[in-house]
Amino acid sequence: MRWKWMLPTVYICFLLLPIYWLLNMSLKTNAEILSTFSFWPQHLTLDNYRVIFTDPSWYSGYINSMIYVSLNVIISVSCALPAAYAFSRYSFVGDKHLFFWLLTNRMAPPAVFALPFFQLYSSIGLFDTHIAVALAHCLFNIPLSVWILEGFMSGVPREVDETAFIDGYYWPHFFVKIFMPNIASGIGVTAFFCFMFSWVELLLARTLTAVNAKPIAAIMTRTVSASGLDWGVLAAAGMLTILPGALVIWFVRNHIAKGFALGRV
Amino acid sequence: MAHITLENIAHSYTGNPENHEDCALKKVNLSWRNGGAYALLGPSGCGKTTLLNIISGLLHPSRGKVLFDTEDVTGMSTEQRNIAQIFQFPVVYDTMTVFQNLAFPLKNRGRKQKEIEPRVIELAKILGLEKDLHTRAQHLTADSKQKISLGRGLIRKSVNAILFDEPLTVIDPQLKWELRSQLKFLHKKFGFTMIYVTHDQTEALTFADEVVVMYEGEIVQTGTPEALFEKPEHTFVGYFIGSPGMNVCACELQGNQVVIDGYMLSLGRKYPDLGSNSKIEIGVRPEHLRLVPSDREGLPVKIIKVDDIGRHRIVRVVFNNTKFNVIVSDMTELADGNCSLVFDTEHTHIYVDDHLVSGEEL
Amino acid sequence: MIEKQVNQKAWFMVLPVFLVVAFSAIIPLMTVVNYSVQDTFGNNQFFWVGMDWFRDLLHSERFHDAFFRQVSFSAIILCIEIPLGIVIALAMPRKGWGVPVCLITMALPLLIPWNVVGTIWQIFARVDIGLLGHTLAALGVDYNYTQDPVAAWITIIIMDIWHWTSLVVLLCYAGLCSIPDAYYQAAKIDGASRLSVFRYIQLPKMQRVLLIAILLRFMDSFMIYTEPFVITGGGPGNSTTFMSIDLVKMAIGQFDLGPAAAMSLIYFLVILLLCWVFFTVMSNIGEERSKGGA
Repeated sequence: MRWKWMLPTVYICFLLLPIYWLLNMSLKTNAEILSTFSFWPQHLTLDNYRVIFTDPSWYSGYINSMIYVSLNVIISVSCALPAAYAFSRYSFVGDKHLFFWLLTNRMAPPAVFALPFFQLYSSIGLFDTHIAVALAHCLFNIPLSVWILEGFMSGVPREVDETAFIDGYYWPHFFVKIFMPNIASGIGVTAFFCFMFSWVELLLARTLTAVNAKPIAAIMTRTVSASGLDWGVLAAAGMLTILPGALVIWFVRNHIAKGFALGRV
Repeated sequence: MAHITLENIAHSYTGNPENHEDCALKKVNLSWRNGGAYALLGPSGCGKTTLLNIISGLLHPSRGKVLFDTEDVTGMSTEQRNIAQIFQFPVVYDTMTVFQNLAFPLKNRGRKQKEIEPRVIELAKILGLEKDLHTRAQHLTADSKQKISLGRGLIRKSVNAILFDEPLTVIDPQLKWELRSQLKFLHKKFGFTMIYVTHDQTEALTFADEVVVMYEGEIVQTGTPEALFEKPEHTFVGYFIGSPGMNVCACELQGNQVVIDGYMLSLGRKYPDLGSNSKIEIGVRPEHLRLVPSDREGLPVKIIKVDDIGRHRIVRVVFNNTKFNVIVSDMTELADGNCSLVFDTEHTHIYVDDHLVSGEEL
Repeated sequence: MIEKQVNQKAWFMVLPVFLVVAFSAIIPLMTVVNYSVQDTFGNNQFFWVGMDWFRDLLHSERFHDAFFRQVSFSAIILCIEIPLGIVIALAMPRKGWGVPVCLITMALPLLIPWNVVGTIWQIFARVDIGLLGHTLAALGVDYNYTQDPVAAWITIIIMDIWHWTSLVVLLCYAGLCSIPDAYYQAAKIDGASRLSVFRYIQLPKMQRVLLIAILLRFMDSFMIYTEPFVITGGGPGNSTTFMSIDLVKMAIGQFDLGPAAAMSLIYFLVILLLCWVFFTVMSNIGEERSKGGA
């Protein structure tokens, strides 16, 4: 048992090594990457990052991604809140079937939906807009949000509701003033997972955008094929996509374990 | 079976036993007779569970030694100490049947099936579990689960002691009674040393031959239930045991006289000079106070409240600013609100800085 | 458990969710069903072909191969990631500074966009500029994932372990943390061995999260698209062409709408079936729990 700490340590090293390698490459010039093999940059350079921050075709990708991810988080959480409340507090006709049907969408393969989505959003003139991607990602993020929030809400004793209604609160007032603060950490965890799944998804985001709303991830794939492989810039772009995720984890680090404990991801 | 001795045990969860404030236990010395039934009584957070876990070896004390007979077991594991312990909330192995649950401690020690089976069946009968022996433990009620936990503690015959950590909290009152008498019966039958932690005085007083009262990490009194009641050695024991607890109020000593807010009372004892810095209090149980009509001798008090609790009444009286609870069975003579309070001097005690001072008989 | 209050007005609260999800799920699905029973010569002229596409697909070798590859990939992934995740979760510290360090670093791969995961490994495994590829080459191992199907598979499997084992670890860890101390103490008192503690306490208590971990890993590995697409593009040959990759190739690359739609439906049905099995098992466990009292 004395060597128990070894295993997580080795695993963490295994996790960090490829990321380190990416960082290492992002700080080298393309010439150095291709000519010499070294564990750390011989000629440290920030040029690759400068390229990304000065070229609009690069940095607009980040802005686009941020916009549709935020839109998606807002739509998912705000739609899911009342629905999750309904599922956790009331029984109504078809509730179980509806819940199951919602969950099946979490399991829907994006590849199945890529083409129909493309046609649907083109036909209603939303193709290549942020809202299209945000709505498309709702397909799996809303069921997820309902599921996580329902778990947190069921943990709040029903007496809380009853007391509030006896005290004469109207439902919307009660929900915002009393109920939401009670499940604040649940909302945080939900937003985290919505962010996560919207941020990492590529197939739908790429299919539904062309120029104006193209996400950074898609811009990266295009660069691989087009510009004769500028490895340094590619690595820098990759590093910059890791950053928002790392920031978000940092903010919710105390709640992650709880979110996972519910076992509803 | 062994005689258990604790020598200068101190424990701090922050790992700094020098700092008296964050100690869960402050210097405990205690010895438990082989085969005795003990109760460890105290409010939540007074260090009872810590002490228990130190005896069983789940915790290692920051300082001090644990002896079984003459052998120092401080460094030994729970298994080597051969101790059984039962916890506050039921612990059952969900995937096993009741039988497997009960047999688990014996199996782990390599006992033969032939030996295990009759023992499990015998114990299941005593606990009233024989019907459920082959159902999965997961499906039982909280009551039965706790019975299984008790059973796993009682299954081994050779244990040095059985420790109970508030084991009947989750069980409803009717069954509580039954189980407690079963435990007493088992104690008589097998002669285990039993240490029973609780914050419920009735439970402690009915179960144990000897009660250890703990308060803020210290042992404040060890004694028979009777001694705890008649002669509390610490004001806390006075408060905690008895319902309502002992009346404790500030007083002064003038020679052999006790002065309560100007009223002189003789206890027939002589107290040493205690200096002016110490906190001096007088303590008397509500059972040892009498109320008589105001024209007779006594502390002139006014009745402010009467609670009728069936067998007797609890009367709350006030003298200037000092309040007393008095247990009264007959109130016919006390028609108006004024009466006199009479102390039973035999059972009235003086406390200096919360500790009992006996004084010499005059 | 108290019965939930019956209230049909609750439908109004569910309505927004229902509408949004119906918009993004039902309409596209209808399109797919529509395509799967028709054929086209272009110019938006369609005619009815009935079940032909399904029949063709179920007999085509291409579909069989992709399906077989997909199932073997998911099986391999599960066999490695689940035990590995459990073991790492068991070895993780329960308190102190190690906890946030572990949680944060382990959650990191989960938040990297999938194609970037692909890119990271594409770079990392390259023989000329990647640490892994270079080291292997230096050790004299003949490794080239763009030429050798075995190397391609190994690369994708290691990449998936890197990417997703953390999810299993975090789920199991959360399950382990919810076991009260009293269980471990009781086990010590009962003289249980390390193995018994795992077998009789930790494993039963992790049952729920483990089921979820298995389901999620199965589903996500069954739908894997982006990472292998970036690393190998489905090659060399067709050796890493999984179902999703094949489907996208067919639908968007070749624009064979009929077969692609038929494949979509079969693909989705397989997943739904598994989802249903899981849901049933889960609710049975839930019922057993509530019957058990605590």
